[in-house]
Amino acid sequence: MKETQWPLWEIFIQANPGIPHKHVGSLHAPDAEMALQNARDVYTRRKEGISIWAVESKNIVASAPEDVGSFFDPANDKVYRHPTFYKVPEGVKYL
Amino acid sequence: MQTEKDNKQAEFDFQAKIDKGDKIEPKDWMPERYRNQLVRMMSQHAHSEIVGMLPEGNWITRAPSLRRKAILLAKVQDEAGHGMYLYSAAETLGVDRTEMLKQLHTGKAKYSSIFNYPTLTWADIGAIGWLVDGAAIMNQTALAKGSYGPYSRAMVRICKEESFHNRQGYEIMCSLSFGTSEQKQMAQDAFNRWWWPAIMMLGPSDDNSPNSDELMRWKVKMESSDSIRRRFIDRTVPQAEFIGLTVPDPHMKFNKETGHYEHGPINWEEFFNVIKGNGPCNKERVKARNEADKNGRWVREAAEAYAEKHKKN
Amino acid sequence: MENQTALFQYCLRLADSNLILSHRLSEWCGHGPILEEDIALINIALDFIGHGTALLQYAALVEGKGRSEDDLAYMRNEREYRNALLVEQPNGDYAKTIARQFLFDTFQYHFYQALQNSKDETLAALAAKALKEITYHLRHSSQWVLRMGDGTDESHSRIQTAFDDLWMFTGDLFDMDTTDETLLKQGIAVDLAPVKEKWQTQVSEVLQQATLKIPDQTFMQGGSRDGRHTEHLGYLLAEMQYLPRTYPGAKW
Repeated sequence: MKETQWPLWEIFIQANPGIPHKHVGSLHAPDAEMALQNARDVYTRRKEGISIWAVESKNIVASAPEDVGSFFDPANDKVYRHPTFYKVPEGVKYL
Repeated sequence: MQTEKDNKQAEFDFQAKIDKGDKIEPKDWMPERYRNQLVRMMSQHAHSEIVGMLPEGNWITRAPSLRRKAILLAKVQDEAGHGMYLYSAAETLGVDRTEMLKQLHTGKAKYSSIFNYPTLTWADIGAIGWLVDGAAIMNQTALAKGSYGPYSRAMVRICKEESFHNRQGYEIMCSLSFGTSEQKQMAQDAFNRWWWPAIMMLGPSDDNSPNSDELMRWKVKMESSDSIRRRFIDRTVPQAEFIGLTVPDPHMKFNKETGHYEHGPINWEEFFNVIKGNGPCNKERVKARNEADKNGRWVREAAEAYAEKHKKN
Repeated sequence: MENQTALFQYCLRLADSNLILSHRLSEWCGHGPILEEDIALINIALDFIGHGTALLQYAALVEGKGRSEDDLAYMRNEREYRNALLVEQPNGDYAKTIARQFLFDTFQYHFYQALQNSKDETLAALAAKALKEITYHLRHSSQWVLRMGDGTDESHSRIQTAFDDLWMFTGDLFDMDTTDETLLKQGIAVDLAPVKEKWQTQVSEVLQQATLKIPDQTFMQGGSRDGRHTEHLGYLLAEMQYLPRTYPGAKW
């Protein structure tokens, strides 16, 4: 009989309230419930988190390194998206 | 189709990226040899963590106090965790864990030679934490600066978690060395048996590692084995002296001019023999892993069958 | 029975079950069915040893004879141990380990719910802390009972056999003696009759959901309250206690 493998899951942990979940690694689990439990045991042994996301790896879509130019360079010259682009008269507050 | 010229350019860009200190990520272009070296290194490293659970796991049920027992349990659990981080890093290069484990179970993949030595007394648990983890941490701190992103991130995490491993080992050795004469003897005996294997586990001498140059250029290997070994010895010898243990090397002496210790000849024949499978515990270790895998198969299948039946669409 | 003696015995009973089960779980270390489970089992073993140690510290304090938690763990013999018969049963295959765990987790869950309200503040506090851990243990073992029961034919038959084999040791969890009676009057101990009912309900529900049969065996082994154990405990203690007993007086 063929040796099968439990699916791979990517694990994201939120370390503290109010901050985003961060990718910490992966693990194998047969289903969602076990993925969460395993993530808790593997990646929060030292109280690293307060919330866990588990996503089956095959469901993640990633951009390709070749896309780096077409995806991200156009944002380079859009300085007007950044607040420091705008001059504000001295003394004006709360902007 | 990629021409040879494209390849040359790609390799040139790849090297430039590494020289700049950027990390290589899973989907980035990389030379095949780089990929293969990394898979080999990461899986060997992962296997070492998993096989390394066995000699120490041996003593959990016999730990002499509740505190020591809890510490040892936590340490061995970390090793399982570290094995997971490393398998998970290796999996980013498209090789799955089942495949890596198969290579371990069939004896094709290697793991650190040190775990083929037996843990004969409680003092061995101290010696492993102090010497083996001590040597490993030096190696891993260097690897944390390596060029492959997932490996380097796993290493950073592992180094952070392992700092207590080394200390708990030294603490055990302290208790024994300052304990009864029987305990002191136990400590010296363990030190005698683990010293040389720990020295050797950092890898063969530089003039004996054929791929060293390329690996260093790619920042897969960050520092030569001899240089890590020298630092390990420089730090460890005074620690041994501090607790009254004698280094089992009659040639060991401090060279005032270089500021380093100089050790006697290393028995590399023993090292290569253990690597080849002739260590005291090679067969037992691989057998234990095989049996765990075989006995666990129905469990893994059960969970899989259950998941299949209860799939939510 | 004197209150202090009763409280001491009661603490030992709780502590010993935690300690012995932790020992059994740690035997799996490095031999689990998959790496993720190795890590999970060690987590649970760590919770048990932590809680067991805290209880033994309290037992030592209650006894007031200057013994430490280690003296109590390492220097008592087979007949002085008070752990439940269930937890000393050997690991067997993973099904037996999971069945033993599930039966005990369910007991502990309901027992500690009640112990939280103990008039003894230390026990109440320890119970509240342990309850968070136990809730997770129970989730883990229940999920595995479901997966094995409702998994493959092989896993179904293995876990059913495990429950059948262990069943006669479950009655012992609920036996009450003069220790319980003495402490019940003070509002310190937990009345085990309602705990038993809740235990039965929950075990039946999970087994049913897992397509398993409740074992029909009604005869129950008892004895842990007087330190009458199965043969397995002697070997376990011989292994666990060997170092401190070989080198009396040594510090580790």
